[in-house]
Amino acid sequence: MNNISADIQLAIPEIFVFSMACVILLVDRFTHERMPKVSFLLTQATLLIGFYLSLVATPTADSVKAFNDMFVLDGMATLVKLTIFFLTFVVLIYSQGYITERKMYRGEYFVLILIAVVGMMVMSSASHFITIYIGLELLSLSLYTLVAMNRHSDMATEAAMKYFVLGALASGMLLYGMSIIYGATGSLDVGSIRNAIQGMQSDEVMLIMGVIFILVGIAFKLGVVPFHMWIPDVYQGAPTSVVLFIGTAPKVAAFAFIMRLLVDGFQALAVSWSDMLIIFAVLSMGLGNILAIAQTNLKRMLAYSTISHMGYFILGILTANPNGYSASLFYIIIYSFTTLAAFGLIIMMSSAGFEAEEISDYKGLNKRHPWFAFLIAMVMFSMAGIPPTVGFFAKLSVIQALVDVDKYWLAVIAVLFAVIGAYYYLRVVKTLYFDKPETSEPISANIGMQFVLSINVIALLLIMPWIGVIMDICSDAISKMG
Amino acid sequence: MFEANQLSVAIWLPIIGAIAVLATGNDQRAGLARVLALLVSIVTFLVTLLLYTGFDKASAKLQYIEDTPWISALNINYSLGIDGIALLLILLTSFITIIVIISAWKVIREKVAQYMAAFLIMEGLMIGVFSATDAILFYVFWEAMLIPMFLIIGIWGGPNRIYATIKFFLYTLLGSLLMLVALVYLYFAGNGSFALADLYTIKLTLAEQIWIFLAFFMAFAVKIPMFPVHTWLPDAHVEAPTGGSVVLAAIMLKMGAYGFIRFNLPITPDASHTLSGFIIALSLIAIVYIAMVALAQTDMKKLIAYSSISHMGFVTLGLFVFNKMAIEGAVIQMISHGFISGAMFLCVGVLYDRMHTRKMSDYGGVANTMPKFAAFMMLFAMANAGLPGTSGFVGEFLVILGVFQVNVWYAIIAGTTLVLGAAYTLWMYKRVIFGAINNKNVETLNDITNREGLYLLILTITVLVMGLWPAPFLDVIHTSVDRVLALSSVTKL
Repeated sequence: MNNISADIQLAIPEIFVFSMACVILLVDRFTHERMPKVSFLLTQATLLIGFYLSLVATPTADSVKAFNDMFVLDGMATLVKLTIFFLTFVVLIYSQGYITERKMYRGEYFVLILIAVVGMMVMSSASHFITIYIGLELLSLSLYTLVAMNRHSDMATEAAMKYFVLGALASGMLLYGMSIIYGATGSLDVGSIRNAIQGMQSDEVMLIMGVIFILVGIAFKLGVVPFHMWIPDVYQGAPTSVVLFIGTAPKVAAFAFIMRLLVDGFQALAVSWSDMLIIFAVLSMGLGNILAIAQTNLKRMLAYSTISHMGYFILGILTANPNGYSASLFYIIIYSFTTLAAFGLIIMMSSAGFEAEEISDYKGLNKRHPWFAFLIAMVMFSMAGIPPTVGFFAKLSVIQALVDVDKYWLAVIAVLFAVIGAYYYLRVVKTLYFDKPETSEPISANIGMQFVLSINVIALLLIMPWIGVIMDICSDAISKMG
Repeated sequence: MFEANQLSVAIWLPIIGAIAVLATGNDQRAGLARVLALLVSIVTFLVTLLLYTGFDKASAKLQYIEDTPWISALNINYSLGIDGIALLLILLTSFITIIVIISAWKVIREKVAQYMAAFLIMEGLMIGVFSATDAILFYVFWEAMLIPMFLIIGIWGGPNRIYATIKFFLYTLLGSLLMLVALVYLYFAGNGSFALADLYTIKLTLAEQIWIFLAFFMAFAVKIPMFPVHTWLPDAHVEAPTGGSVVLAAIMLKMGAYGFIRFNLPITPDASHTLSGFIIALSLIAIVYIAMVALAQTDMKKLIAYSSISHMGFVTLGLFVFNKMAIEGAVIQMISHGFISGAMFLCVGVLYDRMHTRKMSDYGGVANTMPKFAAFMMLFAMANAGLPGTSGFVGEFLVILGVFQVNVWYAIIAGTTLVLGAAYTLWMYKRVIFGAINNKNVETLNDITNREGLYLLILTITVLVMGLWPAPFLDVIHTSVDRVLALSSVTKL
């Protein structure tokens, strides 16, 4: 506690990224007209160096606390941060062309993304309600602004307004829940709360009330039913490059956020929150998958598919044991990389003035560009969880976690909804391969981006032999939690 | 190197070959794609033939074993190994793939490389299904196969192909996912392993066994397909291109039966005995009722599709009477039906390529213009009806003999198919081949080309050899069938 430099050492990645965000904001003033690339390159360099710093900032023990126990660095935090850096790095590569064409290539764009990254890093390392909340708000406020970035678009503005109003409401709920917990336990520190709860009746009404409000906050941020209303509008309305970001890195951060709150803090109340999560999970898988069938807009369809995937994701957490947590972590990492490819492909297909958003825009793509059609098809099969794509192993890991705790019926419900889900993914494949193309215009895309995207998608297939390694990394990270 | 990984070579060679075929690009280099695909399929067939020659017929153990750790977190291994039953099915797979590639030579003109590659990928995956000895590995191959089949029916299929292919996909997916839940249950009920050999030793209560049996049943019954979950098959067959129909009928349907042999019988032996009455009843319904349905068809492909369901009823009947002769008959029936149904679909394909109709009423008198074809089809029709001397007879006869020892009435009911089968096949043959020429187009038909003659001849020889001298086929399965029977008669309660 006295050794402040040791504390700072643990938080160097966060401090570095945040400082760089400020530097880029300043530098951009001078370079954005003549050398707009500078901000982009600086941001990418920041992410790479941040990745490296997080990698070497390994604590001496499995879990080390700092700053009066407000900050914790453990295996889970490191893995989540590394994933976030990597995802954001790829997101920016994919978005480059898109934001240039749509005149969003501004320093603010990169600064906001970096600040969101800092927010996510704080979330994954927070062990105090105040730090958790600060991290969450850093992320959310940046995202609201990013959604509204394309200010000439009515849809984007509407989406941003909805997102902001509902998000603020959810933050309020979360704060309210935290204040109730503070009232019940007299502490805001996650560790002290855990100790305080152990000495209390687990069915204490006040505690349960607090947990309910906190869960509502979490459910909103994740976008699970019945707190999912913002997802379709934001996914459809926001610039695709921003959706690409929202759909990937923050989902991984959300995992850390849930682990810190529910597992670190309220493990003793697992019986209560586990049942609540079951309701969220079943409703999300059901509603998400069924409503996705009715969509004609690809981005909106993927939005509903996200809702259903969040349902599968919390299946692991609700088992309330380490096996389930690592299954969920594995699921969310696989999901983020699949989503990365999905929205990356949408971005690649769209060009200035053409958004490639309707499913019918993809008619007969196999005739026009077989390789792109193949890439999209693989992403769809991965989302549907059909082997040999990685999506299958993600589903397998949450199903085994459920069966491990004897929740057979939930496992059966999950697979039944997966069959319903397969239908709308197949429909996209059908559009690509079986329908006749409406135009025969050749598709041009940036070669560099094609290359990175191809690697991204092929990895979803070829990672197969090493899939066990990723699972091991996940369970290792969970076992090293504070 | 090759000796130790022979099965892996058989699985991955066609898949890697498929990538090479795809790399030939668009239809301008279609010729190259065809030749390359044929070469890959022939080499694969030779590799599987070596499996046969090197196989130790006397041993009941799994052979050509490979075992590499894959996903250590869940103790999943890349483990392969085959017994005689799997060996025959693998041979069937690589053999039929060659025929399919030859048959598509001139017929498929669009996206040739993709078509050939899809079949090669399927070949690899199907060999994988037959050789996997880890349940999850089996499952991965099993489900991955849906993707190429989905595309084959959807891209090169008939007018109603989208409905048919989505129905096919979702039907199979539903069944398989329930099997996955059952497998995961077994993983935790046992000692944390997905290896089939370990699953065979888990003690389970009867209630558990029945649930697991039903979950497996959902997966395999859909694939076979058994009455009443057979409705996807006529749709899929009618819409699929000829090659797709051949692979569906000749190999994919066998996977369901293979699943029963590998999973239901040894893992849930008590439930298998308890529920055998139920399975036998469904099989008899399939044999008799579906044969009657076949009688009422006007579409040739539909008729053969229903005939397949009826013939597969023999396989499930043979498996669930727990009699050595019947099980051997079932296995032989699987192989023989692979050849015969494949040949029948190819015959329909030959006609369809010329006339672009599958309706029997559009034909009549084909024998006048296509005498060579009429002769070939005659033989296959007879084999389909189970004429002695053809392979169709051996399997059905063995099953009926085996069933006779268990229950006379079952055998009598099953025996009616010899009449019904002959009725629908010969009636179809009569309406299409004989009679007066009603349709002007029939008058201008050309007889089969050398290419068509070649693959029909190869199939003819196979059907006759298997009918007259079934020993090479039976020899390799004796000990394997003994092992299946032994595993299925040990109680696990």
